[in-house]
Amino acid sequence: MQQLKDLQKAIVKSQIWKSIFRVGIPTDNRKRALATLGNVVLHLHPIKVKKSGLRMSYTWCMGGTSFFLFLVETITGLLLMFYYRPTVEYAYFDMVDLREVVAFGIMRELHRWAAHAMVIAVWLHMFRVFMTGSYKPPREFNWNVGVILLVLTLLLSFTGYLLPWDQLAIWAITVGSNMARATPLLGHEGPGAAFLTLGGEKLIHVGSDARFGLIAGRTIGGGTLIRFYVLHCLGIPFVAACLMAVHFWRVRKDGGISGPV
Amino acid sequence: MTDEKSSSGAASEADGSSAPAAVSPKATVARVPAAKPAQATSQGAEITRRGLFSWAAVGWVGFTAAIGGCMTAFGRFMFPNVLFEPPTSFKVGNTEDFPPGVVDERFKEANGVWIVNNEGRLTALIAICTHLGCPPAWLEAQNKFKCPCHGSGYYKNGINFEGPTPRPLERAKISIDPDDGQILVDKSQKYLWEQGQWDDPSSFIEVS
Ligand code: FES
Repeated sequence: MQQLKDLQKAIVKSQIWKSIFRVGIPTDNRKRALATLGNVVLHLHPIKVKKSGLRMSYTWCMGGTSFFLFLVETITGLLLMFYYRPTVEYAYFDMVDLREVVAFGIMRELHRWAAHAMVIAVWLHMFRVFMTGSYKPPREFNWNVGVILLVLTLLLSFTGYLLPWDQLAIWAITVGSNMARATPLLGHEGPGAAFLTLGGEKLIHVGSDARFGLIAGRTIGGGTLIRFYVLHCLGIPFVAACLMAVHFWRVRKDGGISGPV
Repeated sequence: MTDEKSSSGAASEADGSSAPAAVSPKATVARVPAAKPAQATSQGAEITRRGLFSWAAVGWVGFTAAIGGCMTAFGRFMFPNVLFEPPTSFKVGNTEDFPPGVVDERFKEANGVWIVNNEGRLTALIAICTHLGCPPAWLEAQNKFKCPCHGSGYYKNGINFEGPTPRPLERAKISIDPDDGQILVDKSQKYLWEQGQWDDPSSFIEVS
């Protein structure tokens, strides 16, 4: 017993331990506050949580669920990236292999189901926030951040939809990206595009409009696949993660999870 | 303030170094930095608030231009110069290859058109549903084009008659190559029925 105590003492007194935890075992309020301030994990959690914020029937925990599903997507997606090659030759077969021959073939299914669940959770989260009036001042800025996060969630879904590279994927993205043809000024079928001419030559045509830039070609092809892959794995998650940090930070700064008035 | 500065600026270097000695040390500190830049630059050019602001303005304009340039370059970067797509203009054979009434599906897979010989006119119908862009199929037995996505149907001439599509199929430019007499299809030029372009002689070839 004594040896154990000595060992504990030796560890707690060691340079490594001290460099990580700084303040030592917090025994009074000042040290507790310092421990919270000096530790990122403790710091991420709010110092106090309102009782109403814990009530499932009020929050539905849909914000937390959305974030949890985002983490599931990140981890499973990272694992899928070890096997999936975003090229026309391999994409479909890698996707099939992920299910049929790779160990834990459920990984792609997890990624897919969590993606569907995340879209639903985000909508429900918005619905709850709307119905409880939690978008009102001082939370109106955070509502806007949330709207952008909703759009990013849908874009993640949309870009991920192409990656299996089967008929459903290709035609869904064909149909979806056709909307970009009608972009005002920037789409070749959109309003105003016909006026953008230079010496009688159309500036906005099928080979130069917004849709062309989006899918890297006139039709869905290998260029679209790699483009959507990069957006799906890096671009959109990066922006979403940054905005999530702002979103969570603002929740706390705006007075914590809103409660019943 | 202005008087002080202009007098020290106009004074010779010897004066500038000796004059501050007469005033209190506090004033020296304030004065020397103000006098120095005036001496370093040409006569009468002083650092005024306005002057400082214009340098800041140049800096900001430069910064904005650099960021704008980067964004433009980024935007341009996303538009590929080389496409790995089938060419938009291609040859499909001679007019005798397409007997009256035929809907030729040989070029649908690679080039995305049907060559149709209907009522004395040879046309190249673009095989993209005008509803939302799926590829319809030619159903010989029912004598119609049918889209699998939402069920739009088109007659052999391309006019829509069922399903959600709002307009007929599109025609591509079709002509006879004067060099070898082959049929040349150019998909970059389209002819829309609803704009009355199907009477354009480039949208069909007269056959007997
Ligand atoms: S895309 Fe053809 S019917 Fe909708």
